[in-house]
Amino acid sequence: MSAMRHLLSMADLDRDDIEQLLNLTESFTEVSARQIPKVPALRGKTIAWLFYEDSTRTRLSFETAAKRLSADSMNFSVSSSSVNKGESLRDTVETISAMGVDGIVVRHSGAGAPHRITQWTDACVVNAGDGWHQHPTQSLLDLYTATRHLGDLDGRRIAIVGDIKHSRVARSNAIGFAKMGAEVTFVAPQTLLPPSLEGWPVKVTHDLDEVIEDIDICYLLRMQLERQEQSVVPTLREFHEEYGLTAARASRLKDDALIMHPGPMNRGVEIAGEVADRPNAVITEQVTNGIAVRMAVLYLLLGSGLDLVDERADVA
Amino acid sequence: MAERERRLAAPPSGGEFQARTRVMTSDDVSRAVRRMAHEILERNHGADDLMIVGLQTGGVDLSRRLADDIREIEGSEVPVGSLDATMHRDDFGLRPVMPEAATEIPGDPSGKVIVLVDDVLYTGRTVRAALDAIHSYGRPQAIQLAVMVDRGHRELPIRPDFVGKNLPTRRDELVDVHDAGVDLGDVS
Repeated sequence: MSAMRHLLSMADLDRDDIEQLLNLTESFTEVSARQIPKVPALRGKTIAWLFYEDSTRTRLSFETAAKRLSADSMNFSVSSSSVNKGESLRDTVETISAMGVDGIVVRHSGAGAPHRITQWTDACVVNAGDGWHQHPTQSLLDLYTATRHLGDLDGRRIAIVGDIKHSRVARSNAIGFAKMGAEVTFVAPQTLLPPSLEGWPVKVTHDLDEVIEDIDICYLLRMQLERQEQSVVPTLREFHEEYGLTAARASRLKDDALIMHPGPMNRGVEIAGEVADRPNAVITEQVTNGIAVRMAVLYLLLGSGLDLVDERADVA
Repeated sequence: MAERERRLAAPPSGGEFQARTRVMTSDDVSRAVRRMAHEILERNHGADDLMIVGLQTGGVDLSRRLADDIREIEGSEVPVGSLDATMHRDDFGLRPVMPEAATEIPGDPSGKVIVLVDDVLYTGRTVRAALDAIHSYGRPQAIQLAVMVDRGHRELPIRPDFVGKNLPTRRDELVDVHDAGVDLGDVS
Protein backbone atom coordinates (compact mmCIF):
# COMPACT_ATOMS: atom_id res chain seq x y z
CA MET A 1 0.00 0.00 0.00
CA SER A 2 1.39 3.31 -0.95
CA ALA A 3 0.90 6.55 0.87
CA MET A 4 -0.68 9.36 -1.10
CA ARG A 5 -0.31 12.90 0.12
CA HIS A 6 -2.65 14.53 -2.37
CA LEU A 7 -5.20 13.52 -4.94
CA LEU A 8 -4.69 15.76 -7.94
CA SER A 9 -5.07 13.68 -11.07
CA MET A 10 -5.97 10.16 -12.13
CA ALA A 11 -2.60 10.17 -13.88
CA ASP A 12 -0.89 10.04 -10.46
CA LEU A 13 -2.58 6.78 -9.49
CA ASP A 14 -1.55 3.35 -10.65
CA ARG A 15 -3.90 0.42 -10.88
CA ASP A 16 -3.06 -0.79 -7.36
CA ASP A 17 -3.84 2.63 -5.91
CA ILE A 18 -7.20 2.69 -7.68
CA GLU A 19 -8.06 -0.82 -6.51
CA GLN A 20 -7.09 0.07 -2.97
CA LEU A 21 -9.39 3.09 -3.08
CA LEU A 22 -12.25 1.06 -4.53
CA ASN A 23 -11.84 -1.57 -1.78
CA LEU A 24 -11.83 1.13 0.84
CA THR A 25 -14.97 2.58 -0.75
CA GLU A 26 -16.67 -0.75 -0.14
CA SER A 27 -16.08 -0.32 3.62
CA PHE A 28 -17.55 3.16 3.55
CA THR A 29 -20.56 2.04 1.56
CA GLU A 30 -21.27 -0.25 4.51
CA VAL A 31 -20.84 2.66 6.94
CA SER A 32 -23.30 4.74 4.92
CA ALA A 33 -25.88 1.97 5.19
CA ARG A 34 -25.87 1.97 9.01
CA GLN A 35 -28.66 3.38 11.12
CA ILE A 36 -26.19 6.01 12.29
CA PRO A 37 -23.90 6.50 9.28
CA LYS A 38 -21.09 8.19 11.10
CA VAL A 39 -17.67 7.01 12.28
CA PRO A 40 -15.12 8.91 14.37
CA ALA A 41 -12.25 8.21 11.98
CA LEU A 42 -11.37 11.84 11.22
CA ARG A 43 -12.28 13.32 14.58
CA GLY A 44 -10.18 16.41 15.21
CA LYS A 45 -9.23 16.88 11.56
CA THR A 46 -10.23 20.06 9.77
CA ILE A 47 -10.97 20.29 6.08
CA ALA A 48 -11.32 23.56 4.19
CA TRP A 49 -13.54 23.83 1.14
CA LEU A 50 -12.04 26.14 -1.43
CA PHE A 51 -14.59 26.34 -4.22
CA TYR A 52 -13.79 29.01 -6.77
CA GLU A 53 -16.32 27.56 -9.21
CA ASP A 54 -19.97 26.72 -8.82
CA SER A 55 -20.75 23.27 -7.59
CA THR A 56 -23.74 21.68 -5.97
CA ARG A 57 -23.36 17.96 -6.03
CA THR A 58 -19.60 17.69 -5.66
CA ARG A 59 -19.55 20.07 -2.75
CA LEU A 60 -22.52 18.52 -0.98
CA SER A 61 -21.05 15.11 -1.57
CA PHE A 62 -17.68 16.09 -0.09
CA GLU A 63 -19.31 17.82 2.86
CA THR A 64 -21.48 14.80 3.59
CA ALA A 65 -18.44 12.54 3.33
CA ALA A 66 -16.51 14.70 5.78
CA LYS A 67 -19.42 14.78 8.24
CA ARG A 68 -19.78 11.02 8.14
CA LEU A 69 -16.11 10.78 9.06
CA SER A 70 -16.58 13.29 11.92
CA ALA A 71 -14.18 15.83 10.41
CA ASP A 72 -14.67 19.53 11.04
CA SER A 73 -14.99 21.75 8.06
CA MET A 74 -14.04 25.29 7.33
CA ASN A 75 -16.41 26.88 4.92
CA PHE A 76 -15.18 29.32 2.43
CA SER A 77 -17.39 30.98 -0.05
CA VAL A 78 -15.66 32.97 -2.70
CA SER A 79 -18.45 35.49 -3.08
CA SER A 80 -18.32 36.61 0.55
CA SER A 81 -14.60 36.35 1.14
CA SER A 82 -11.53 38.48 0.72
CA VAL A 83 -11.16 37.12 -2.80
CA ASN A 84 -13.57 39.87 -3.72
CA LYS A 85 -11.15 42.31 -2.18
CA GLY A 86 -8.49 41.06 -4.53
CA GLU A 87 -6.71 38.48 -2.37
CA SER A 88 -4.60 36.12 -4.44
CA LEU A 89 -5.05 32.35 -4.42
CA ARG A 90 -1.70 31.98 -2.73
CA ASP A 91 -2.54 34.40 0.08
CA THR A 92 -5.89 32.75 0.61
CA VAL A 93 -4.27 29.32 0.86
CA GLU A 94 -1.57 30.52 3.21
CA THR A 95 -4.13 32.22 5.41
CA ILE A 96 -6.25 29.09 5.62
CA SER A 97 -3.17 26.97 6.30
CA ALA A 98 -2.14 29.31 9.08
CA MET A 99 -5.43 28.56 10.81
CA GLY A 100 -4.43 24.92 10.87
CA VAL A 101 -6.20 22.73 8.36
CA ASP A 102 -5.39 19.13 7.59
CA GLY A 103 -7.00 19.00 4.17
CA ILE A 104 -7.99 21.41 1.43
CA VAL A 105 -10.56 20.41 -1.16
CA VAL A 106 -10.31 22.75 -4.08
CA ARG A 107 -12.27 23.51 -7.20
CA HIS A 108 -10.82 26.13 -9.47
CA SER A 109 -11.28 27.22 -13.07
CA GLY A 110 -7.55 27.16 -13.67
CA ALA A 111 -6.08 23.81 -14.68
CA GLY A 112 -3.23 22.98 -12.32
CA ALA A 113 -4.41 25.26 -9.50
CA PRO A 114 -4.58 22.33 -7.01
CA HIS A 115 -1.01 21.41 -7.88
CA ARG A 116 0.18 24.95 -7.20
CA ILE A 117 -1.65 24.90 -3.89
CA THR A 118 0.34 21.87 -2.72
CA GLN A 119 3.44 24.06 -2.87
CA TRP A 120 1.95 26.62 -0.49
CA THR A 121 0.60 24.40 2.26
CA ASP A 122 1.37 21.33 4.37
CA ALA A 123 -2.24 20.21 4.18
CA CYS A 124 -3.38 17.36 1.94
CA VAL A 125 -4.94 18.70 -1.24
CA VAL A 126 -7.83 17.08 -3.05
CA ASN A 127 -8.72 18.26 -6.52
CA ALA A 128 -12.49 18.62 -6.85
CA GLY A 129 -12.20 19.80 -10.44
CA ASP A 130 -9.70 22.15 -12.08
CA GLY A 131 -10.64 23.77 -15.36
CA TRP A 132 -10.76 21.31 -18.25
CA HIS A 133 -8.04 19.26 -16.63
CA GLN A 134 -9.07 16.70 -13.99
CA HIS A 135 -11.83 15.64 -11.62
CA PRO A 136 -10.38 12.53 -10.00
CA THR A 137 -13.10 11.79 -7.42
CA GLN A 138 -15.71 11.79 -10.20
CA SER A 139 -13.64 9.23 -12.08
CA LEU A 140 -13.22 7.07 -8.96
CA LEU A 141 -16.95 7.06 -8.25
CA ASP A 142 -17.62 6.16 -11.88
CA LEU A 143 -15.12 3.31 -11.67
CA TYR A 144 -16.68 2.12 -8.44
CA THR A 145 -20.19 2.22 -9.90
CA ALA A 146 -19.06 0.43 -13.05
CA THR A 147 -17.20 -2.34 -11.20
CA ARG A 148 -20.17 -2.92 -8.91
CA HIS A 149 -22.29 -3.77 -11.92
CA LEU A 150 -19.80 -5.26 -14.36
CA GLY A 151 -17.10 -6.70 -12.10
CA ASP A 152 -13.62 -6.60 -13.54
CA LEU A 153 -13.26 -3.89 -16.20
CA ASP A 154 -10.54 -5.66 -18.17
CA GLY A 155 -11.52 -5.72 -21.84
CA ARG A 156 -14.77 -3.83 -21.22
CA ARG A 157 -15.62 -1.09 -23.69
CA ILE A 158 -16.67 2.39 -22.64
CA ALA A 159 -17.78 5.15 -24.97
CA ILE A 160 -17.47 8.68 -23.59
CA VAL A 161 -19.85 10.77 -25.64
CA GLY A 162 -20.34 14.48 -26.17
CA ASP A 163 -18.44 17.56 -25.17
CA ILE A 164 -15.01 16.01 -24.62
CA LYS A 165 -13.14 19.22 -25.25
CA HIS A 166 -14.40 21.14 -22.24
CA SER A 167 -14.72 18.11 -19.96
CA ARG A 168 -12.41 17.32 -17.07
CA VAL A 169 -14.62 14.31 -16.41
CA ALA A 170 -13.79 12.89 -19.84
CA ARG A 171 -10.08 13.40 -19.29
CA SER A 172 -10.13 11.82 -15.82
CA ASN A 173 -12.23 8.87 -16.93
CA ALA A 174 -10.16 8.23 -20.07
CA ILE A 175 -7.15 7.70 -17.80
CA GLY A 176 -9.05 5.94 -15.01
CA PHE A 177 -10.89 3.42 -17.15
CA ALA A 178 -7.82 2.75 -19.32
CA LYS A 179 -5.76 2.02 -16.19
CA MET A 180 -8.35 -0.50 -15.08
CA GLY A 181 -8.01 -2.30 -18.41
CA ALA A 182 -11.06 -0.95 -20.23
CA GLU A 183 -11.03 0.17 -23.84
CA VAL A 184 -12.00 3.84 -24.03
CA THR A 185 -13.56 5.49 -27.08
CA PHE A 186 -14.29 9.20 -27.37
CA VAL A 187 -17.39 9.91 -29.47
CA ALA A 188 -17.81 13.54 -30.50
CA PRO A 189 -17.91 15.91 -33.44
CA GLN A 190 -14.57 17.45 -34.36
CA THR A 191 -15.60 20.76 -32.78
CA LEU A 192 -16.04 19.12 -29.38
CA LEU A 193 -12.73 17.25 -29.36
CA PRO A 194 -9.47 18.68 -28.02
CA PRO A 195 -7.07 19.83 -30.77
CA SER A 196 -4.77 16.90 -30.09
CA LEU A 197 -5.25 13.54 -28.41
CA GLU A 198 -1.73 12.35 -28.96
CA GLY A 199 -0.61 10.05 -26.18
CA TRP A 200 -4.12 9.52 -24.83
CA PRO A 201 -5.16 5.89 -24.28
CA VAL A 202 -8.32 6.34 -26.35
CA LYS A 203 -9.86 5.67 -29.73
CA VAL A 204 -11.89 8.37 -31.44
CA THR A 205 -14.95 8.18 -33.61
CA HIS A 206 -17.49 10.70 -34.87
CA ASP A 207 -20.24 8.15 -35.19
CA LEU A 208 -22.10 6.93 -32.09
CA ASP A 209 -24.12 4.42 -34.11
CA GLU A 210 -20.92 2.68 -35.13
CA VAL A 211 -20.05 1.69 -31.53
CA ILE A 212 -23.41 1.64 -29.74
CA GLU A 213 -23.95 -2.12 -30.01
CA ASP A 214 -20.46 -3.08 -28.83
CA ILE A 215 -20.06 -1.00 -25.70
CA ASP A 216 -20.55 -2.00 -22.05
CA ILE A 217 -20.83 1.55 -20.78
CA CYS A 218 -22.33 4.56 -22.52
CA TYR A 219 -20.96 7.55 -20.65
CA LEU A 220 -22.69 10.77 -21.59
CA LEU A 221 -21.19 14.15 -20.82
CA ARG A 222 -23.11 17.26 -20.01
CA MET A 223 -23.49 19.52 -23.02
CA GLN A 224 -22.30 22.81 -21.64
CA LEU A 225 -25.16 24.97 -22.83
CA GLU A 226 -23.33 28.13 -21.88
CA ARG A 227 -20.88 27.31 -24.67
CA GLN A 228 -23.62 27.13 -27.23
CA GLU A 229 -23.01 30.75 -28.12
CA GLN A 230 -19.57 29.75 -29.40
CA SER A 231 -21.53 27.65 -31.92
CA VAL A 232 -19.65 24.42 -31.37
CA VAL A 233 -22.65 22.54 -32.72
CA PRO A 234 -25.20 23.83 -35.26
CA THR A 235 -28.23 23.30 -33.00
CA LEU A 236 -28.92 21.35 -29.84
CA ARG A 237 -31.61 19.39 -31.66
CA GLU A 238 -29.13 18.30 -34.28
CA PHE A 239 -26.62 17.39 -31.56
CA HIS A 240 -29.28 15.27 -29.87
CA GLU A 241 -30.04 13.44 -33.11
CA GLU A 242 -26.37 12.81 -33.92
CA TYR A 243 -24.73 12.32 -30.53
CA GLY A 244 -27.52 12.09 -27.96
CA LEU A 245 -28.61 8.81 -26.41
CA THR A 246 -32.06 8.65 -27.95
CA ALA A 247 -34.57 5.97 -27.03
CA ALA A 248 -33.85 4.23 -30.35
CA ARG A 249 -30.11 4.15 -29.67
CA ALA A 250 -30.57 3.08 -26.04
CA SER A 251 -32.56 0.07 -27.25
CA ARG A 252 -29.61 -1.05 -29.36
CA LEU A 253 -27.30 -1.19 -26.31
CA LYS A 254 -26.34 -4.61 -24.93
CA ASP A 255 -28.76 -5.81 -22.27
CA ASP A 256 -26.34 -5.33 -19.38
CA ALA A 257 -24.76 -2.14 -20.72
CA LEU A 258 -24.74 0.77 -18.27
CA ILE A 259 -25.84 4.33 -19.00
CA MET A 260 -23.84 6.82 -16.97
CA HIS A 261 -23.79 10.59 -16.65
CA PRO A 262 -21.84 12.81 -14.25
CA GLY A 263 -24.75 15.24 -13.89
CA PRO A 264 -26.37 17.65 -14.08
CA MET A 265 -28.27 16.22 -17.03
CA ASN A 266 -29.79 18.14 -19.91
CA ARG A 267 -32.66 15.85 -20.73
CA GLY A 268 -33.40 16.04 -24.42
CA VAL A 269 -29.86 17.12 -25.30
CA GLU A 270 -27.21 14.50 -24.52
CA ILE A 271 -29.76 12.04 -23.18
CA ALA A 272 -33.42 11.51 -23.97
CA GLY A 273 -35.63 12.14 -20.94
CA GLU A 274 -37.08 8.66 -20.92
CA VAL A 275 -33.70 6.94 -21.28
CA ALA A 276 -32.37 8.51 -18.08
CA ASP A 277 -35.03 6.63 -16.12
CA ARG A 278 -34.33 3.17 -17.56
CA PRO A 279 -33.18 0.48 -15.10
CA ASN A 280 -29.69 0.28 -16.61
CA ALA A 281 -29.19 4.03 -16.16
CA VAL A 282 -27.17 4.19 -12.93
CA ILE A 283 -27.02 7.97 -12.72
CA THR A 284 -28.50 8.39 -9.23
CA GLU A 285 -26.41 5.48 -7.99
CA GLN A 286 -23.32 7.39 -9.15
CA VAL A 287 -24.38 10.22 -6.85
CA THR A 288 -24.88 7.87 -3.91
CA ASN A 289 -21.52 6.18 -4.49
CA GLY A 290 -19.87 9.59 -4.68
CA ILE A 291 -20.18 9.98 -0.92
CA ALA A 292 -18.52 6.66 -0.11
CA VAL A 293 -15.74 7.30 -2.64
CA ARG A 294 -15.02 10.72 -1.15
CA MET A 295 -15.03 9.22 2.34
CA ALA A 296 -12.42 6.74 1.12
CA VAL A 297 -10.29 9.50 -0.40
CA LEU A 298 -10.48 11.75 2.67
CA TYR A 299 -9.80 8.81 4.97
CA LEU A 300 -6.85 7.56 2.95
CA LEU A 301 -5.23 11.00 2.83
CA LEU A 302 -6.05 12.26 6.30
CA GLY A 303 -6.77 9.35 8.58
CA SER A 304 -5.25 6.08 7.51
CA GLY A 305 -1.73 6.88 8.72
CA LEU A 306 -0.26 5.02 5.77
CA ASP A 307 2.42 7.69 5.58
CA LEU A 308 3.66 6.31 8.91
CA VAL A 309 4.54 3.07 7.12
CA ASP A 310 6.57 4.91 4.54
CA GLU A 311 8.42 6.87 7.18
CA ARG A 312 9.29 3.65 8.92
CA ALA A 313 10.31 2.02 5.66
CA ASP A 314 12.54 5.01 4.94
CA VAL A 315 14.35 4.53 8.23
CA ALA A 316 14.83 0.81 7.69
CA MET B 1 -6.71 -9.65 17.64
CA ALA B 2 -4.05 -12.26 17.23
CA GLU B 3 -4.19 -11.65 13.51
CA ARG B 4 -3.82 -7.97 14.01
CA GLU B 5 -0.98 -8.43 16.46
CA ARG B 6 0.81 -10.63 14.03
CA ARG B 7 0.42 -8.23 11.15
CA LEU B 8 1.61 -5.36 13.29
CA ALA B 9 4.64 -7.36 14.17
CA ALA B 10 5.36 -8.06 10.54
CA PRO B 11 8.16 -6.29 8.70
CA PRO B 12 9.07 -3.51 8.27
CA SER B 13 8.03 -2.62 11.82
CA GLY B 14 8.79 -5.96 13.43
CA GLY B 15 9.97 -9.47 12.83
CA GLU B 16 8.46 -12.88 12.34
CA PHE B 17 6.17 -14.72 14.71
CA GLN B 18 7.65 -17.88 16.19
CA ALA B 19 5.48 -20.27 18.13
CA ARG B 20 7.08 -21.51 21.36
CA THR B 21 4.37 -23.47 23.18
CA ARG B 22 1.14 -25.06 22.05
CA VAL B 23 -1.17 -23.99 24.88
CA MET B 24 -4.40 -25.47 23.48
CA THR B 25 -4.86 -28.23 20.91
CA SER B 26 -7.67 -28.07 18.40
CA ASP B 27 -9.61 -30.53 20.62
CA ASP B 28 -9.12 -28.22 23.60
CA VAL B 29 -10.48 -25.36 21.52
CA SER B 30 -13.51 -27.42 20.45
CA ARG B 31 -14.26 -28.34 24.06
CA ALA B 32 -13.90 -24.73 25.14
CA VAL B 33 -16.28 -23.60 22.38
CA ARG B 34 -18.77 -26.24 23.51
CA ARG B 35 -18.53 -25.11 27.14
CA MET B 36 -18.88 -21.42 26.18
CA ALA B 37 -21.95 -22.24 24.09
CA HIS B 38 -23.50 -23.88 27.16
CA GLU B 39 -22.54 -20.91 29.34
CA ILE B 40 -24.04 -18.43 26.89
CA LEU B 41 -27.31 -20.39 26.86
CA GLU B 42 -27.29 -20.74 30.63
CA ARG B 43 -26.67 -17.04 31.22
CA ASN B 44 -29.36 -15.95 28.76
CA HIS B 45 -31.91 -18.67 29.59
CA GLY B 46 -31.90 -19.98 26.04
CA ALA B 47 -31.15 -18.57 22.62
CA ASP B 48 -34.06 -16.14 22.19
CA ASP B 49 -33.01 -12.60 21.32
CA LEU B 50 -29.38 -13.68 20.92
CA MET B 51 -27.20 -12.34 18.13
CA ILE B 52 -23.59 -13.44 17.77
CA VAL B 53 -21.13 -11.00 16.24
CA GLY B 54 -17.54 -12.00 15.48
CA LEU B 55 -14.87 -9.31 15.41
CA GLN B 56 -12.91 -9.15 12.19
CA THR B 57 -10.83 -11.00 11.57
CA GLY B 58 -9.93 -13.37 14.41
CA GLY B 59 -13.38 -13.68 15.95
CA VAL B 60 -15.36 -14.52 12.83
CA ASP B 61 -14.58 -18.23 12.62
CA LEU B 62 -15.11 -18.62 16.36
CA SER B 63 -18.50 -16.90 16.20
CA ARG B 64 -19.69 -19.39 13.58
CA ARG B 65 -18.53 -22.32 15.69
CA LEU B 66 -20.34 -20.95 18.72
CA ALA B 67 -23.53 -20.56 16.68
CA ASP B 68 -23.16 -24.12 15.35
CA ASP B 69 -22.81 -25.53 18.87
CA ILE B 70 -25.75 -23.49 20.12
CA ARG B 71 -27.86 -24.90 17.29
CA GLU B 72 -26.86 -28.45 18.23
CA ILE B 73 -27.52 -27.94 21.93
CA GLU B 74 -30.66 -25.84 21.79
CA GLY B 75 -31.99 -26.61 18.33
CA SER B 76 -32.51 -22.98 17.47
CA GLU B 77 -30.86 -20.82 14.85
CA VAL B 78 -28.99 -17.77 16.13
CA PRO B 79 -28.17 -14.92 13.71
CA VAL B 80 -24.42 -14.57 13.19
CA GLY B 81 -22.66 -11.47 11.90
CA SER B 82 -19.24 -9.93 11.63
CA LEU B 83 -17.96 -6.53 12.64
CA ASP B 84 -14.95 -4.52 11.56
CA ALA B 85 -14.46 -1.84 14.19
CA THR B 86 -11.47 -0.20 12.51
CA MET B 87 -13.18 3.14 12.00
CA HIS B 88 -13.86 3.42 15.71
CA ARG B 89 -10.32 2.71 16.91
CA ASP B 90 -8.44 5.13 19.13
CA ASP B 91 -5.02 4.82 17.57
CA PHE B 92 -5.45 6.91 14.43
CA GLY B 93 -2.26 8.77 13.78
CA LEU B 94 -0.20 6.37 15.86
CA ARG B 95 -0.04 3.60 13.32
CA PRO B 96 -1.57 2.75 9.94
CA VAL B 97 -5.22 1.87 10.33
CA MET B 98 -7.03 0.32 7.40
CA PRO B 99 -10.35 -1.53 7.43
CA GLU B 100 -9.74 -5.26 7.44
CA ALA B 101 -12.87 -6.93 6.19
CA ALA B 102 -16.58 -6.77 5.78
CA THR B 103 -19.09 -5.83 8.44
CA GLU B 104 -22.35 -7.67 8.28
CA ILE B 105 -24.86 -7.18 11.06
CA PRO B 106 -27.77 -9.59 10.50
CA GLY B 107 -30.75 -7.35 11.17
CA ASP B 108 -31.41 -4.61 13.68
CA PRO B 109 -29.53 -5.26 16.95
CA SER B 110 -31.99 -3.12 18.93
CA GLY B 111 -33.47 -5.11 21.79
CA LYS B 112 -31.15 -8.08 21.15
CA VAL B 113 -28.49 -9.55 23.39
CA ILE B 114 -25.29 -9.26 21.39
CA VAL B 115 -22.48 -11.70 22.11
CA LEU B 116 -19.27 -10.16 20.76
CA VAL B 117 -16.69 -12.81 19.92
CA ASP B 118 -12.96 -12.42 19.50
CA ASP B 119 -10.05 -14.83 19.55
CA VAL B 120 -7.74 -12.97 21.95
CA LEU B 121 -8.55 -10.33 24.55
CA TYR B 122 -5.53 -8.17 25.31
CA THR B 123 -5.64 -4.42 25.94
CA GLY B 124 -9.40 -4.21 25.42
CA ARG B 125 -9.12 -1.43 22.87
CA THR B 126 -10.58 -3.43 20.00
CA VAL B 127 -13.56 -4.32 22.18
CA ARG B 128 -14.00 -0.67 23.13
CA ALA B 129 -14.08 0.23 19.43
CA ALA B 130 -16.53 -2.60 18.75
CA LEU B 131 -18.88 -1.38 21.50
CA ASP B 132 -18.96 2.02 19.80
CA ALA B 133 -19.43 0.49 16.37
CA ILE B 134 -22.34 -1.73 17.45
CA HIS B 135 -24.23 1.30 18.70
CA SER B 136 -24.29 2.86 15.24
CA TYR B 137 -26.50 -0.04 14.16
CA GLY B 138 -28.99 0.21 17.00
CA ARG B 139 -29.38 -0.08 20.76
CA PRO B 140 -28.93 -3.63 22.01
CA GLN B 141 -30.57 -4.81 25.21
CA ALA B 142 -27.17 -6.03 26.39
CA ILE B 143 -23.72 -6.79 25.03
CA GLN B 144 -21.66 -9.72 26.28
CA LEU B 145 -18.11 -10.67 25.40
CA ALA B 146 -16.77 -14.13 24.56
CA VAL B 147 -13.06 -14.72 23.88
CA MET B 148 -11.01 -17.84 23.34
CA VAL B 149 -7.95 -16.51 25.17
CA ASP B 150 -7.75 -13.81 27.81
CA ARG B 151 -4.09 -12.91 27.98
CA GLY B 152 -4.36 -10.04 30.47
CA HIS B 153 -2.74 -6.57 30.27
CA ARG B 154 -6.01 -4.69 30.02
CA GLU B 155 -5.76 -0.93 29.47
CA LEU B 156 -9.49 -0.27 29.80
CA PRO B 157 -12.15 -1.39 32.30
CA ILE B 158 -13.36 -4.26 30.13
CA ARG B 159 -13.78 -7.89 31.16
CA PRO B 160 -14.99 -10.94 29.26
CA ASP B 161 -18.20 -12.82 30.14
CA PHE B 162 -17.13 -16.11 28.58
CA VAL B 163 -13.50 -17.25 28.39
CA GLY B 164 -11.96 -20.26 26.67
CA LYS B 165 -8.68 -20.03 28.56
CA ASN B 166 -7.02 -17.56 30.87
CA LEU B 167 -3.42 -17.33 29.74
CA PRO B 168 -0.88 -15.28 31.69
CA THR B 169 1.54 -13.68 29.22
CA ARG B 170 4.28 -11.12 29.00
CA ARG B 171 3.60 -8.06 26.90
CA ASP B 172 6.30 -8.94 24.39
CA GLU B 173 4.78 -12.35 23.73
CA LEU B 174 2.17 -13.07 21.08
CA VAL B 175 -0.82 -15.37 21.13
CA ASP B 176 -1.88 -17.01 17.89
CA VAL B 177 -5.27 -18.71 17.59
CA HIS B 178 -5.51 -20.86 14.46
CA ASP B 179 -7.11 -24.03 13.15
CA ALA B 180 -4.74 -26.41 14.92
CA GLY B 181 -5.10 -24.76 18.32
CA VAL B 182 -3.53 -21.91 20.23
CA ASP B 183 0.18 -21.06 20.29
CA LEU B 184 2.16 -18.78 22.54
CA GLY B 185 5.29 -17.36 20.95
CA ASP B 186 7.56 -14.43 20.36
CA VAL B 187 8.41 -12.04 17.62
CA SER B 188 12.00 -12.35 16.50
